[in-house]
Amino acid sequence: MLRILLAISLIFGLAVSAGAQDSTTATDSMDRSSTGGATTLEDILRRQEGLQVDPEYRRSNTGSADAAADITQQLGTLGGASESDVFRALRYGTADISVTSRSPAAGTIIQDGGIWWLQAREGWLATYGAYLLGGTLVLLTMFYVLRGKIRIEGQSGVSTILRFTTFERFGHWLFAGSFLILGLTGLLTLFGRKVVIPLLGHDAFSTIAIASKWVHNNISWAFMLGLIIITVNWIAHNIPNRLDLVWLSKAGGLFSKGVHPPARKFNAGQKMIFWGCVVLGVSISASGLSLLFPFELPMFAKTFAVLNSTGLPQLVGLGTLPEVMAPQEEMQYAQLWHSIVAFVFMAMIFAHIYIGSVGMEGAIDAMTTGEVDTQWAKEHHSLWVAEVEEADRAAAAKAGQVSPAE
Amino acid sequence: MKAMYLAFGAMIVITIGANYALHEIGMSTADQGSTSSTVRLD
Repeated sequence: MLRILLAISLIFGLAVSAGAQDSTTATDSMDRSSTGGATTLEDILRRQEGLQVDPEYRRSNTGSADAAADITQQLGTLGGASESDVFRALRYGTADISVTSRSPAAGTIIQDGGIWWLQAREGWLATYGAYLLGGTLVLLTMFYVLRGKIRIEGQSGVSTILRFTTFERFGHWLFAGSFLILGLTGLLTLFGRKVVIPLLGHDAFSTIAIASKWVHNNISWAFMLGLIIITVNWIAHNIPNRLDLVWLSKAGGLFSKGVHPPARKFNAGQKMIFWGCVVLGVSISASGLSLLFPFELPMFAKTFAVLNSTGLPQLVGLGTLPEVMAPQEEMQYAQLWHSIVAFVFMAMIFAHIYIGSVGMEGAIDAMTTGEVDTQWAKEHHSLWVAEVEEADRAAAAKAGQVSPAE
Repeated sequence: MKAMYLAFGAMIVITIGANYALHEIGMSTADQGSTSSTVRLD
Protein backbone atom coordinates (compact mmCIF):
# COMPACT_ATOMS: atom_id res chain seq x y z
CA MET A 1 0.00 0.00 0.00
CA LEU A 2 2.80 2.36 1.01
CA ARG A 3 4.66 1.52 -2.17
CA ILE A 4 1.61 2.31 -4.31
CA LEU A 5 1.07 5.61 -2.49
CA LEU A 6 4.71 6.54 -3.00
CA ALA A 7 4.52 5.51 -6.63
CA ILE A 8 1.44 7.63 -7.32
CA SER A 9 2.88 10.65 -5.54
CA LEU A 10 6.17 10.21 -7.35
CA ILE A 11 4.40 10.28 -10.70
CA PHE A 12 2.55 13.49 -9.90
CA GLY A 13 5.62 15.01 -8.33
CA LEU A 14 7.68 14.42 -11.42
CA ALA A 15 4.95 15.30 -13.90
CA VAL A 16 6.09 18.88 -14.38
CA SER A 17 9.73 18.06 -14.93
CA ALA A 18 9.42 14.89 -16.92
CA GLY A 19 6.72 16.42 -19.09
CA ALA A 20 9.24 18.91 -20.33
CA GLN A 21 11.70 16.17 -21.16
CA ASP A 22 9.31 14.02 -23.10
CA SER A 23 7.83 16.49 -25.57
CA THR A 24 10.50 15.69 -28.12
CA THR A 25 9.03 13.41 -30.68
CA ALA A 26 8.29 16.22 -33.15
CA THR A 27 11.81 16.12 -34.57
CA ASP A 28 12.20 12.35 -34.80
CA SER A 29 11.59 12.30 -38.51
CA MET A 30 13.73 15.34 -39.28
CA ASP A 31 15.88 15.03 -42.38
CA ARG A 32 19.55 15.56 -41.48
CA SER A 33 21.07 14.23 -44.67
CA SER A 34 22.38 17.70 -45.53
CA THR A 35 24.68 17.58 -42.51
CA GLY A 36 25.49 13.92 -42.75
CA GLY A 37 23.29 13.15 -39.73
CA ALA A 38 24.70 15.94 -37.56
CA THR A 39 22.87 18.89 -36.00
CA THR A 40 21.00 21.02 -38.51
CA LEU A 41 20.15 24.72 -38.50
CA GLU A 42 16.57 23.76 -37.70
CA ASP A 43 17.74 21.88 -34.58
CA ILE A 44 19.64 24.96 -33.41
CA LEU A 45 16.67 27.25 -34.07
CA ARG A 46 14.36 24.94 -32.15
CA ARG A 47 16.68 25.01 -29.15
CA GLN A 48 16.91 28.79 -29.33
CA GLU A 49 13.11 28.93 -29.22
CA GLY A 50 13.19 26.80 -26.09
CA LEU A 51 11.71 23.77 -27.87
CA GLN A 52 12.90 20.27 -27.13
CA VAL A 53 15.03 18.42 -29.66
CA ASP A 54 15.19 14.65 -29.55
CA PRO A 55 18.87 13.89 -28.86
CA GLU A 56 18.64 10.37 -30.24
CA TYR A 57 20.34 11.29 -33.52
CA ARG A 58 23.36 12.38 -31.48
CA ARG A 59 23.16 9.68 -28.83
CA SER A 60 23.60 6.92 -31.41
CA ASN A 61 26.04 8.84 -33.59
CA THR A 62 29.26 7.75 -31.89
CA GLY A 63 31.27 6.37 -34.79
CA SER A 64 31.68 2.86 -36.07
CA ALA A 65 34.64 0.56 -36.53
CA ASP A 66 33.10 -0.52 -39.84
CA ALA A 67 33.45 3.02 -41.10
CA ALA A 68 37.06 3.34 -39.94
CA ALA A 69 39.32 5.02 -42.42
CA ASP A 70 42.45 3.27 -43.52
CA ILE A 71 45.38 3.67 -41.13
CA THR A 72 47.14 5.88 -43.60
CA GLN A 73 44.26 8.33 -43.84
CA GLN A 74 42.85 10.99 -41.49
CA LEU A 75 41.13 9.56 -38.37
CA GLY A 76 42.29 6.16 -39.31
CA THR A 77 43.86 5.56 -35.89
CA LEU A 78 40.64 6.47 -34.05
CA GLY A 79 38.95 3.35 -35.36
CA GLY A 80 36.12 5.10 -37.11
CA ALA A 81 35.28 7.61 -34.38
CA SER A 82 35.97 11.31 -34.73
CA GLU A 83 36.57 13.49 -31.67
CA SER A 84 32.95 14.60 -31.87
CA ASP A 85 31.89 10.96 -31.91
CA VAL A 86 34.02 10.28 -28.82
CA PHE A 87 32.60 13.27 -26.94
CA ARG A 88 29.05 12.23 -27.83
CA ALA A 89 29.76 8.77 -26.45
CA LEU A 90 31.12 10.34 -23.26
CA ARG A 91 28.15 12.66 -22.99
CA TYR A 92 25.57 9.92 -23.33
CA GLY A 93 27.44 7.41 -21.18
CA THR A 94 28.20 4.85 -23.89
CA ALA A 95 31.97 5.32 -24.05
CA ASP A 96 34.07 2.41 -22.85
CA ILE A 97 36.38 4.13 -20.38
CA SER A 98 38.32 3.31 -17.23
CA VAL A 99 39.27 5.70 -14.42
CA THR A 100 41.60 5.50 -11.44
CA SER A 101 39.39 7.39 -8.96
CA ARG A 102 37.60 5.39 -6.27
CA SER A 103 34.42 7.42 -6.56
CA PRO A 104 31.52 5.45 -8.10
CA ALA A 105 30.58 8.48 -10.16
CA ALA A 106 34.07 9.12 -11.54
CA GLY A 107 33.34 7.04 -14.63
CA THR A 108 30.83 9.63 -15.79
CA ILE A 109 32.92 12.22 -17.61
CA ILE A 110 30.02 14.33 -18.89
CA GLN A 111 26.66 14.17 -17.10
CA ASP A 112 24.05 15.30 -19.57
CA GLY A 113 21.19 15.55 -17.06
CA GLY A 114 23.01 17.96 -14.77
CA ILE A 115 21.83 21.14 -16.45
CA TRP A 116 18.20 20.01 -16.44
CA TRP A 117 18.46 19.27 -12.72
CA LEU A 118 20.10 22.60 -11.96
CA GLN A 119 17.39 24.46 -13.87
CA ALA A 120 14.65 22.48 -12.12
CA ARG A 121 16.19 23.06 -8.69
CA GLU A 122 16.57 26.79 -9.17
CA GLY A 123 13.41 27.13 -11.27
CA TRP A 124 10.13 25.35 -10.70
CA LEU A 125 11.19 23.57 -7.49
CA ALA A 126 12.07 26.78 -5.64
CA THR A 127 9.22 28.75 -7.20
CA TYR A 128 6.37 26.31 -6.53
CA GLY A 129 7.85 25.36 -3.16
CA ALA A 130 7.79 29.00 -2.09
CA TYR A 131 4.22 29.36 -3.40
CA LEU A 132 3.13 26.31 -1.43
CA LEU A 133 4.62 27.48 1.87
CA GLY A 134 3.54 31.09 1.37
CA GLY A 135 0.05 30.04 0.28
CA THR A 136 -0.35 27.83 3.35
CA LEU A 137 0.64 30.67 5.66
CA VAL A 138 -1.82 33.01 3.92
CA LEU A 139 -4.65 30.46 4.24
CA LEU A 140 -3.91 29.89 7.92
CA THR A 141 -3.84 33.63 8.56
CA MET A 142 -7.18 34.01 6.77
CA PHE A 143 -8.61 31.15 8.83
CA TYR A 144 -7.44 32.81 12.02
CA VAL A 145 -8.93 36.15 11.00
CA LEU A 146 -12.28 34.61 10.04
CA ARG A 147 -12.66 31.94 12.73
CA GLY A 148 -10.51 33.31 15.51
CA LYS A 149 -9.02 31.18 18.24
CA ILE A 150 -11.10 28.10 18.98
CA ARG A 151 -11.97 28.52 22.66
CA ILE A 152 -12.96 26.04 25.33
CA GLU A 153 -16.72 26.52 25.40
CA GLY A 154 -17.61 24.92 28.74
CA GLN A 155 -16.34 25.55 32.24
CA SER A 156 -12.56 25.23 32.13
CA GLY A 157 -9.95 25.23 34.87
CA VAL A 158 -11.71 22.68 37.10
CA SER A 159 -9.52 19.63 36.53
CA THR A 160 -6.95 18.20 34.16
CA ILE A 161 -6.42 14.82 32.53
CA LEU A 162 -3.17 13.21 31.36
CA ARG A 163 -3.20 13.32 27.56
CA PHE A 164 0.35 12.20 26.70
CA THR A 165 2.96 10.44 28.81
CA THR A 166 6.52 11.72 29.17
CA PHE A 167 7.80 9.21 26.60
CA GLU A 168 5.10 10.16 24.09
CA ARG A 169 6.01 13.83 24.45
CA PHE A 170 9.72 13.01 24.25
CA GLY A 171 9.18 11.21 20.92
CA HIS A 172 7.04 14.06 19.62
CA TRP A 173 9.57 16.75 20.46
CA LEU A 174 12.50 14.73 19.15
CA PHE A 175 10.65 14.40 15.86
CA ALA A 176 9.28 17.96 15.86
CA GLY A 177 12.47 19.69 16.99
CA SER A 178 14.65 17.92 14.45
CA PHE A 179 12.06 18.51 11.73
CA LEU A 180 12.05 22.26 12.36
CA ILE A 181 15.83 22.46 12.18
CA LEU A 182 15.95 20.22 9.10
CA GLY A 183 13.33 22.43 7.44
CA LEU A 184 15.18 25.63 8.25
CA THR A 185 18.60 24.36 7.16
CA GLY A 186 17.08 22.80 4.04
CA LEU A 187 15.44 26.08 3.06
CA LEU A 188 18.70 27.94 3.68
CA THR A 189 20.46 25.51 1.36
CA LEU A 190 17.85 25.71 -1.40
CA PHE A 191 17.22 29.46 -1.27
CA GLY A 192 20.71 30.54 -0.19
CA ARG A 193 21.80 31.74 -3.60
CA LYS A 194 18.59 33.66 -4.24
CA VAL A 195 17.83 35.04 -0.80
CA VAL A 196 20.73 34.86 1.64
CA ILE A 197 23.61 35.88 -0.64
CA PRO A 198 21.91 39.11 -1.79
CA LEU A 199 21.14 39.91 1.87
CA LEU A 200 24.34 38.89 3.66
CA GLY A 201 26.94 38.36 0.94
CA HIS A 202 28.96 35.37 -0.19
CA ASP A 203 31.29 35.11 2.82
CA ALA A 204 28.50 35.03 5.38
CA PHE A 205 26.48 32.58 3.31
CA SER A 206 29.47 30.29 2.98
CA THR A 207 29.63 29.93 6.78
CA ILE A 208 25.84 29.51 6.99
CA ALA A 209 25.81 26.92 4.20
CA ILE A 210 28.61 24.85 5.75
CA ALA A 211 26.91 24.92 9.16
CA SER A 212 23.51 24.13 7.62
CA LYS A 213 24.88 21.13 5.76
CA TRP A 214 26.60 19.76 8.86
CA VAL A 215 23.53 20.19 11.04
CA HIS A 216 21.14 18.90 8.36
CA ASN A 217 23.17 15.76 7.73
CA ASN A 218 23.66 14.84 11.38
CA ILE A 219 20.36 15.85 12.97
CA SER A 220 18.57 13.66 10.43
CA TRP A 221 19.29 10.66 12.69
CA ALA A 222 17.32 12.27 15.52
CA PHE A 223 14.47 12.84 13.05
CA MET A 224 14.47 9.18 11.99
CA LEU A 225 14.57 8.01 15.61
CA GLY A 226 11.69 10.38 16.45
CA LEU A 227 9.74 9.00 13.48
CA ILE A 228 10.17 5.46 14.78
CA ILE A 229 9.10 6.47 18.31
CA ILE A 230 5.94 8.32 17.28
CA THR A 231 4.98 5.53 14.90
CA VAL A 232 5.34 2.84 17.56
CA ASN A 233 3.61 4.99 20.20
CA TRP A 234 0.59 6.03 18.20
CA ILE A 235 -0.03 3.74 15.25
CA ALA A 236 -2.63 1.67 17.14
CA HIS A 237 -4.62 4.84 17.94
CA ASN A 238 -4.54 6.02 14.34
CA ILE A 239 -6.21 3.16 12.53
CA PRO A 240 -9.04 4.74 10.52
CA ASN A 241 -12.62 3.81 11.44
CA ARG A 242 -16.20 4.85 10.70
CA LEU A 243 -16.11 7.48 13.44
CA ASP A 244 -13.64 9.42 11.31
CA LEU A 245 -16.25 9.83 8.57
CA VAL A 246 -18.59 11.49 11.07
CA TRP A 247 -15.79 13.77 12.21
CA LEU A 248 -14.88 14.67 8.62
CA SER A 249 -18.53 15.24 7.62
CA LYS A 250 -18.68 17.95 10.31
CA ALA A 251 -15.17 19.21 9.42
CA GLY A 252 -14.26 18.47 13.03
CA GLY A 253 -16.32 21.45 14.16
CA LEU A 254 -13.45 23.68 13.11
CA PHE A 255 -15.66 26.03 11.15
CA SER A 256 -18.59 26.33 13.54
CA LYS A 257 -18.91 27.05 17.25
CA GLY A 258 -20.64 24.52 19.47
CA VAL A 259 -20.02 21.57 17.13
CA HIS A 260 -17.90 18.82 18.68
CA PRO A 261 -18.00 15.53 16.79
CA PRO A 262 -17.00 12.60 19.02
CA ALA A 263 -13.43 11.30 18.83
CA ARG A 264 -11.21 8.87 20.62
CA LYS A 265 -7.54 9.65 21.41
CA PHE A 266 -7.00 11.03 17.91
CA ASN A 267 -9.64 12.55 15.64
CA ALA A 268 -9.68 12.16 11.85
CA GLY A 269 -7.70 15.38 11.34
CA GLN A 270 -4.96 14.22 13.68
CA LYS A 271 -4.95 10.82 11.99
CA MET A 272 -4.37 12.52 8.64
CA ILE A 273 -1.45 14.41 10.15
CA PHE A 274 -0.09 11.21 11.70
CA TRP A 275 -0.22 9.20 8.46
CA GLY A 276 1.13 12.18 6.55
CA CYS A 277 4.09 12.26 8.94
CA VAL A 278 4.67 8.52 8.58
CA VAL A 279 4.41 8.33 4.78
CA LEU A 280 6.27 11.57 4.08
CA GLY A 281 8.73 10.83 6.90
CA VAL A 282 9.65 7.43 5.48
CA SER A 283 9.94 8.83 1.96
CA ILE A 284 12.06 11.82 2.95
CA SER A 285 14.26 9.57 5.12
CA ALA A 286 14.82 7.16 2.21
CA SER A 287 15.80 9.92 -0.21
CA GLY A 288 17.80 11.58 2.59
CA LEU A 289 19.81 8.43 3.21
CA SER A 290 20.46 8.20 -0.52
CA LEU A 291 21.86 11.75 -0.38
CA LEU A 292 23.71 11.15 2.88
CA PHE A 293 25.66 8.24 1.42
CA PRO A 294 26.36 9.44 -2.13
CA PHE A 295 26.01 6.79 -4.84
CA GLU A 296 25.60 3.98 -2.28
CA LEU A 297 21.81 3.80 -2.23
CA PRO A 298 20.50 4.43 -5.75
CA MET A 299 16.75 3.91 -5.84
CA PHE A 300 15.19 5.90 -8.64
CA ALA A 301 16.12 3.74 -11.64
CA LYS A 302 14.62 0.75 -9.82
CA THR A 303 11.55 2.74 -8.75
CA PHE A 304 11.04 3.99 -12.30
CA ALA A 305 11.32 0.41 -13.62
CA VAL A 306 8.57 -0.65 -11.20
CA LEU A 307 6.45 2.36 -12.18
CA ASN A 308 6.95 1.66 -15.89
CA SER A 309 5.79 -1.92 -15.37
CA THR A 310 2.54 -0.62 -13.85
CA GLY A 311 1.85 1.51 -16.93
CA LEU A 312 1.01 4.55 -14.76
CA PRO A 313 3.65 6.92 -16.21
CA GLN A 314 2.49 6.14 -19.74
CA LEU A 315 -1.13 6.60 -18.65
CA VAL A 316 -0.53 10.13 -17.38
CA GLY A 317 1.49 11.08 -20.45
CA LEU A 318 4.99 10.90 -19.02
CA GLY A 319 6.11 8.21 -21.42
CA THR A 320 8.60 5.62 -20.24
CA LEU A 321 10.63 6.87 -17.29
CA PRO A 322 14.44 6.37 -17.48
CA GLU A 323 15.54 3.02 -16.07
CA VAL A 324 19.26 3.46 -16.69
CA MET A 325 20.90 6.42 -14.98
CA ALA A 326 24.32 7.84 -14.28
CA PRO A 327 25.16 7.81 -10.54
CA GLN A 328 24.88 11.60 -10.49
CA GLU A 329 21.43 11.41 -12.04
CA GLU A 330 20.28 9.15 -9.22
CA MET A 331 21.46 11.79 -6.75
CA GLN A 332 19.72 14.54 -8.69
CA TYR A 333 16.40 12.72 -8.66
CA ALA A 334 16.90 11.99 -4.94
CA GLN A 335 17.50 15.69 -4.27
CA LEU A 336 14.43 16.78 -6.22
CA TRP A 337 12.21 14.19 -4.57
CA HIS A 338 13.64 15.04 -1.13
CA SER A 339 12.76 18.70 -1.68
CA ILE A 340 9.27 18.05 -3.09
CA VAL A 341 8.38 15.85 -0.11
CA ALA A 342 9.92 18.41 2.27
CA PHE A 343 7.76 21.23 0.91
CA VAL A 344 4.56 19.18 1.23
CA PHE A 345 5.66 18.06 4.70
CA MET A 346 6.37 21.63 5.83
CA ALA A 347 3.03 22.90 4.52
CA MET A 348 1.25 20.15 6.45
CA ILE A 349 3.21 20.85 9.62
CA PHE A 350 2.43 24.57 9.39
CA ALA A 351 -1.26 23.64 9.74
CA HIS A 352 -0.44 21.25 12.60
CA ILE A 353 1.57 23.87 14.47
CA TYR A 354 -1.18 26.43 13.96
CA ILE A 355 -4.01 24.30 15.36
CA GLY A 356 -1.81 23.01 18.16
CA SER A 357 -0.82 26.49 19.35
CA VAL A 358 -2.44 29.82 18.44
CA GLY A 359 -5.42 28.24 16.69
CA MET A 360 -6.92 26.37 19.64
CA GLU A 361 -7.06 27.24 23.32
CA GLY A 362 -5.67 24.50 25.55
CA ALA A 363 -4.18 22.33 22.79
CA ILE A 364 -0.53 23.18 23.45
CA ASP A 365 -0.75 21.80 27.02
CA ALA A 366 -0.97 18.28 25.62
CA MET A 367 2.62 18.54 24.44
CA THR A 368 4.12 20.77 27.13
CA THR A 369 2.94 19.46 30.51
CA GLY A 370 1.01 16.52 29.07
CA GLU A 371 -2.01 17.50 31.21
CA VAL A 372 -4.97 19.05 29.37
CA ASP A 373 -8.07 20.72 30.74
CA THR A 374 -10.72 18.03 31.20
CA GLN A 375 -13.35 20.27 29.59
CA TRP A 376 -11.12 20.72 26.53
CA ALA A 377 -10.66 16.96 26.34
CA LYS A 378 -14.43 16.37 26.61
CA GLU A 379 -15.12 18.81 23.79
CA HIS A 380 -12.51 17.44 21.38
CA HIS A 381 -11.98 13.81 22.44
CA SER A 382 -15.18 12.87 24.28
CA LEU A 383 -14.91 9.12 23.69
CA TRP A 384 -11.29 9.06 24.81
CA VAL A 385 -12.19 10.86 28.07
CA ALA A 386 -14.96 8.31 28.65
CA GLU A 387 -12.47 5.46 28.07
CA VAL A 388 -9.92 6.98 30.49
CA GLU A 389 -12.55 7.60 33.16
CA GLU A 390 -13.88 4.06 32.76
CA ALA A 391 -10.36 2.65 33.07
CA ASP A 392 -9.78 4.78 36.21
CA ARG A 393 -13.04 3.55 37.75
CA ALA A 394 -12.13 -0.06 36.97
CA ALA A 395 -8.67 0.40 38.48
CA ALA A 396 -10.16 2.01 41.60
CA ALA A 397 -12.69 -0.79 41.95
CA LYS A 398 -9.96 -3.38 41.60
CA ALA A 399 -7.83 -1.59 44.19
CA GLY A 400 -10.87 -1.49 46.52
CA GLN A 401 -11.34 -5.24 46.18
CA VAL A 402 -7.68 -5.93 46.81
CA SER A 403 -7.25 -3.60 49.79
CA PRO A 404 -9.12 -5.66 52.45
CA ALA A 405 -6.93 -8.67 51.75
CA GLU A 406 -3.68 -6.71 52.20
CA MET B 1 8.21 20.80 29.70
CA LYS B 2 10.75 18.28 30.97
CA ALA B 3 10.07 15.88 28.08
CA MET B 4 10.62 18.67 25.56
CA TYR B 5 13.96 19.75 27.04
CA LEU B 6 15.00 16.12 27.30
CA ALA B 7 14.19 15.62 23.61
CA PHE B 8 16.14 18.72 22.60
CA GLY B 9 19.08 17.48 24.65
CA ALA B 10 18.85 14.07 22.99
CA MET B 11 18.76 15.82 19.61
CA ILE B 12 22.08 17.53 20.31
CA VAL B 13 23.67 14.32 21.61
CA ILE B 14 22.45 12.31 18.58
CA THR B 15 23.65 15.00 16.17
CA ILE B 16 27.16 15.13 17.59
CA GLY B 17 27.25 11.37 18.06
CA ALA B 18 26.16 10.72 14.48
CA ASN B 19 28.86 13.00 13.13
CA TYR B 20 31.52 11.27 15.24
CA ALA B 21 30.30 7.75 14.40
CA LEU B 22 30.03 8.38 10.65
CA HIS B 23 33.44 9.98 10.59
CA GLU B 24 34.95 7.07 12.50
CA ILE B 25 33.58 4.43 10.14
CA GLY B 26 34.67 6.41 7.09
CA MET B 27 31.15 7.07 5.78
CA SER B 28 31.48 10.68 4.81
CA THR B 29 31.02 12.59 1.58
CA ALA B 30 34.66 13.57 1.59
CA ASP B 31 35.77 9.95 1.71
CA GLN B 32 33.35 8.93 -1.02
CA GLY B 33 34.51 11.57 -3.45
CA SER B 34 38.22 11.42 -2.79
CA THR B 35 40.73 9.83 -5.08
CA SER B 36 42.86 6.88 -4.19
CA SER B 37 46.03 7.57 -2.22
CA THR B 38 47.96 6.02 -5.10
CA VAL B 39 46.85 8.77 -7.48
CA ARG B 40 49.03 11.88 -7.70
CA LEU B 41 47.04 15.06 -8.13
CA ASP B 42 49.92 17.54 -8.40
